[in-house]
Amino acid sequence: MRFALRRVGFFVLTLWAAVTLNFFLPRMMPGNPALAMMAKFHGRLSGQALKSLEVLFGVGTHQSLLSQYVHYLGQVATGNFGTSLFFYPQAVSQVVLGAIPWTLGLVGVTTILAFVLGTGLGIVTAWRRGSRLDGLLPPVFVITSAIPYFWVGMMFILIFGIRLKWLPYTFGYDPSATPGLNGPFIANVLEHAILPALALLITTIGTWILTMRNTMVSVLAEDYVRMARAKGLPGRRIMYDYAARNAILPNLTGFAMSLGFVVGGAILIEYVFDYPGVGYMLLQAVENEDYPLMQALFLLITVAVLVAILLSDIATALLDPRTRSAR
Amino acid sequence: MAESILEVTGLSVDYQADRGVVRAVDNVSFGLDRGEFLGIVGESGCGKSTLLFAIAQLLQPPAEIAGGTVTFRGQSLVGLTDRELAAVRWKELSVVMQSAMNALNPVKSIGSQFRDAMRAHGVRDRSEIAGRSAEVVKMVGIDPVHLKSYPHQLSGGMRQRSMIAMAMLFTPDLVIMDEPTSALDVVAQRSLMVQIKELQQRLGFAVIFVTHDMSLVSHFSDRLMVMYAGQVAEAGGTRKVFDSPKHPYSIGLLDAFPSIRGPKVALTGIPGRPPDLARRPEGCRFAPRCPRVMDRCTETAPELYEVESVDVRCLLYDGSSDDE
Amino acid sequence: MAMMRAPVGPEDAGSPDAALAAALPAGGGRTRTAVLGRLVRAIRANRKATAGTIILVVFVLLAIFPWAIAGGNPNAEVYGRSLGPSTAHLFGTTAYGQDLFAQAVWGTRQVLIIAFGAGLASTALAVLIGVAAAYLGGLWDGALNLLTDLLLVIPLFPLLIVIAAYVHSSGTLVLIAVLTLTGWSYTARQLRSQALSLRHRDFLEAARVRGERSIYIIVVEIIPTMTSLIVASFLTNALYAVLFASSLQFIGLGDPNSTSWGTMLYWAQNNEALQTGQYLWAVVPGALIALLGAAFALLNYAFDEIGNPALRPMRRRRAVQRRRVRRG
Repeated sequence: MRFALRRVGFFVLTLWAAVTLNFFLPRMMPGNPALAMMAKFHGRLSGQALKSLEVLFGVGTHQSLLSQYVHYLGQVATGNFGTSLFFYPQAVSQVVLGAIPWTLGLVGVTTILAFVLGTGLGIVTAWRRGSRLDGLLPPVFVITSAIPYFWVGMMFILIFGIRLKWLPYTFGYDPSATPGLNGPFIANVLEHAILPALALLITTIGTWILTMRNTMVSVLAEDYVRMARAKGLPGRRIMYDYAARNAILPNLTGFAMSLGFVVGGAILIEYVFDYPGVGYMLLQAVENEDYPLMQALFLLITVAVLVAILLSDIATALLDPRTRSAR
Repeated sequence: MAESILEVTGLSVDYQADRGVVRAVDNVSFGLDRGEFLGIVGESGCGKSTLLFAIAQLLQPPAEIAGGTVTFRGQSLVGLTDRELAAVRWKELSVVMQSAMNALNPVKSIGSQFRDAMRAHGVRDRSEIAGRSAEVVKMVGIDPVHLKSYPHQLSGGMRQRSMIAMAMLFTPDLVIMDEPTSALDVVAQRSLMVQIKELQQRLGFAVIFVTHDMSLVSHFSDRLMVMYAGQVAEAGGTRKVFDSPKHPYSIGLLDAFPSIRGPKVALTGIPGRPPDLARRPEGCRFAPRCPRVMDRCTETAPELYEVESVDVRCLLYDGSSDDE
Repeated sequence: MAMMRAPVGPEDAGSPDAALAAALPAGGGRTRTAVLGRLVRAIRANRKATAGTIILVVFVLLAIFPWAIAGGNPNAEVYGRSLGPSTAHLFGTTAYGQDLFAQAVWGTRQVLIIAFGAGLASTALAVLIGVAAAYLGGLWDGALNLLTDLLLVIPLFPLLIVIAAYVHSSGTLVLIAVLTLTGWSYTARQLRSQALSLRHRDFLEAARVRGERSIYIIVVEIIPTMTSLIVASFLTNALYAVLFASSLQFIGLGDPNSTSWGTMLYWAQNNEALQTGQYLWAVVPGALIALLGAAFALLNYAFDEIGNPALRPMRRRRAVQRRRVRRG
């Protein structure tokens, strides 16, 4: 119980820190960027849009910093992030909601797949120490971990999209297709998702394989694994029940931390493939100085990462009885 | 009539280290009868734990058996695969390790680890599993309700005893113990030893007990084997070896343990350190530290010589007439 | 993108340096030349370390002496546009008529400056915060720890994007500063773990009893013992710096007029290099980034192996043992 409270407490604290960061960053920059942005859109903004800009960025306000802050927190809590400047007059929340399903589908599914496959491969590689697989895999993945994500995406586009013409490589679906929950559209969506998903999978899986293998190797040297052999337990049971169940625990914690990188990779992959997800929107917002949209997306991404971390903490607590006892 | 259940002949174990091959166990031979309690004694690094793992076929690379045989109840164990060994493992030969905290799976309850062992050997019926588990833990004085606990929830002594209980699941013929008492305080040590001895006498299994504490094990063992630098230095009946040790190393070991009774004597240790086994010395391995070293000790490696039904690896007893 | 290490808790920090010292080829002498000699031998013995070192040395040479290989101004738009590779232009030219090969070679400098600059700075920061937290303990430890965890959890790349978006001109120095301020948390955590495990070692207690001041103990006693982890941290941070910096430049948040591999990719993307058949424009800078990153990653991995022999590739004669040991 204490453990759960601590994790939730940390979740709330980080959330607050991200929101506060969002508040202070533009105000800390030399020459309030919001002013430049407003000058650009001058005259085209409704009173409502201007008002929310004022709250978010503190332009043209005479309130003290503290009351600005309180106002800001209130607005964020109600989910009001103002009006998007690039997608004017759409509300920011509308734009964001439209992008979420794309990212959830692409990144969510791919990450889970990468984690499951990567962990499995890591277990098998460690179990078969001395095999060709074990000698080959680590150096290969050490090298692939250094390749920039976006470059992998670009190479995929080059090879499979342009040269071989096997798969489409821009956007989430064919603009000529009619959106809706029908068969051909769904097939179209899936087709467009293959290349970006593959790129993301290939770049992120290396980490899981490597770290799982390393922790498995240490665990396999532990006494309780030797003991399991001494008891005559079948090999498969030792591998899963005794070795993997213990090796995966530090990996779950690592899952949380490396989510940040998965997010970074997802943003770049979406950019390269023009895939209309959250990352793509973020970069569009940056390019067009649509700061309200940018802020909201940053918060969304942070929240998503925090939730994922919370989930992996829960998973750790479920799998490791030691964390459940008072600590 | 003593029945031999274990025969170890010429067993050697090599480690592949960076600086070369290290022979951690060198040509060790001994036999064990049914119900016999053998204590193996030596300082850290003398190869006693490695010897145990070699007998139980539990060595991991970079260690491997380099030669010799291990015959358990007429069956040779060396070279068998894990699957072939499974029939013998735990049912007839079980192992108790040094640190229960490390030897028990931290994410599974004690009971489920008992269950794994039983299921691996064909016991499927739940009530039978539960019944037997409760039976063995009661034997070591633990309340069966603790079967649901995880290892970290038990005290050190309880953990150790539950490991011993687990080793008893199939009432094996041989139980190999690697310093099971070292992690405990003196009082717990003694009570655990008494428990082990009592179980042994009740159930009739043989014990190989490895420790660095010679005086502790000598109260309970039938035979003693002193190891040094991977070799057997002295071996024989406990009373003979303990009361009148012959090898200068054994003498040194015993002298290092003060007696609580008797006159106050100055503590003597054995100066120096064990040799580097990567570079095997020419003559006797104990020569650099031996208080009774002779000139030829550094040239000739001593064999095991029998003196008053005790085997001693020392040139003092090789039967040649010189005695400087 | 991540050179991940299994997360470290205080329990598993141990003393990699003792292991490292033991694993280096035996040989007398603790003088600097002797230690250097052993290091060189260790690098030669480990294939990954050799490869990584060679690549790194080549790049450093290119950065210091670019004119030796590709003379002239790399940004000069004097050549024919979008030419394919030839003897005059090894990688062809860009859509603006610049020589790709020259750009690639001259771009090395900025990339390495960022890599080493941000790498060293964030490692220094990580050592400072990590060791201070471990040594000071109590409230300080709690506060620093919280700060570290917060920064760890907030996704770095989006944060970098947001900061870079606000700060319009991201020259090299700004990039280094931003990368340093955000990138220290991961390695700080590892360093703190190791420092914690060292805290109660005997040699430290001896120094305390001698009456040495805390600063002295930290700098002279603790930090040298943590050398291998500090070097590994530097390699990790340098790798991240290269990847993050080039990513930021790629999406246009660096200085587009500077000569760097990331900006080359930016211009390539802007000019639809892939779609218009100017493949090398996109392939070359990316491959170079990957190569440099791989050098850091290989060295990092090799360090891991040198310090922890259990992870080393096993030799083939295990064949017999394997058949016996595996789940038969």
